[in-house]
Amino acid sequence: MSTNRLVNGVQVASHYRDEKHQYASNKEGIWLFMVTEILMFGGLFVGYILFHSLYPEMFAEGASFLDWKLGFVNTLVLIFSSLTMALGIYFNQVGQPSKATWALWTTVACGAIFMIIKYFEYTHKFHMGIFPGKFLDPVMMAEHGHTVQNANLGLYFGFYFCMSGLHGLHVLIGMGLISWIAIKNMKREFNPKYFTPIEGVGIFWHIVDLIWIFLFPLLYLVG
Amino acid sequence: MAHHDSDHHVTPLNVYLKVAGGLFALTFLTIIAHVFKAHYLGLAPYIAFLIAGAKAYLVMAWFMHLKYDTAGNRIIFATGFVGLALLFAICAIDIYTRVYQGSIL
Repeated sequence: MSTNRLVNGVQVASHYRDEKHQYASNKEGIWLFMVTEILMFGGLFVGYILFHSLYPEMFAEGASFLDWKLGFVNTLVLIFSSLTMALGIYFNQVGQPSKATWALWTTVACGAIFMIIKYFEYTHKFHMGIFPGKFLDPVMMAEHGHTVQNANLGLYFGFYFCMSGLHGLHVLIGMGLISWIAIKNMKREFNPKYFTPIEGVGIFWHIVDLIWIFLFPLLYLVG
Repeated sequence: MAHHDSDHHVTPLNVYLKVAGGLFALTFLTIIAHVFKAHYLGLAPYIAFLIAGAKAYLVMAWFMHLKYDTAGNRIIFATGFVGLALLFAICAIDIYTRVYQGSIL
């Protein structure tokens, strides 16, 4: 099965001409995957924008339950994690793998901070009776001092929980992938000639940041 | 600067730090614009997304390294956004050209 061979100091699989061919193919695969990510989140964005234009008052009411300060802190956390992710690649490129390991674990820690803040946001909403779609509980919300103005407010929170939930799932998957490459990095499997897996995972992590850059104003600010 | 033994483009450390600084600054700008949005209500969403677009450019060009990637990969990634624009245009045309029959859905 494994018929790898060493070309210019890099393990190259048998179906590639050389290490450059392997690198170019791997990168192209990652970018194709990123297109599917754009289209998956894009469908939700398009739905949000269209329903927002149909029912602006309902979306304004929904957004009033979000605290932009928490979204703001999470934005800063994700930007910082994008920097440390990029440094994880950089330090391998310049042959300082132990610094790269630190950068990668810092990125994982930032992902964890993001999810903890998300957890507090979600549980706060659940306590108030805010759930997606038909599960939204106006009686429970009234008990917490919020009279629901728009009967279909659950639609807004359907978008909110789907979009931020799918994004949160990506953060969790990204944390798993970065842990995987951080461990590989600790085993010194990368070097200045070969760091494709870190670059691939890095592009995935940056797209998670990229989506949040648009989710934050869309959900928390525009409303 | 540390020397390197790589065929790949290596972005200098200070460039990464500047890009991150720019992203932090733009995030603060988003919040400043949000706090003062009473002065230009109709424009607020456009300003928020204009800033988000600038942040997206920084992330894509420098962190995702598209600036130094192949033209092929840039085109591949762009097709995602073209598909998205089509999806949005067709859906918007559909919804806003419907004849009212008691419900617009």
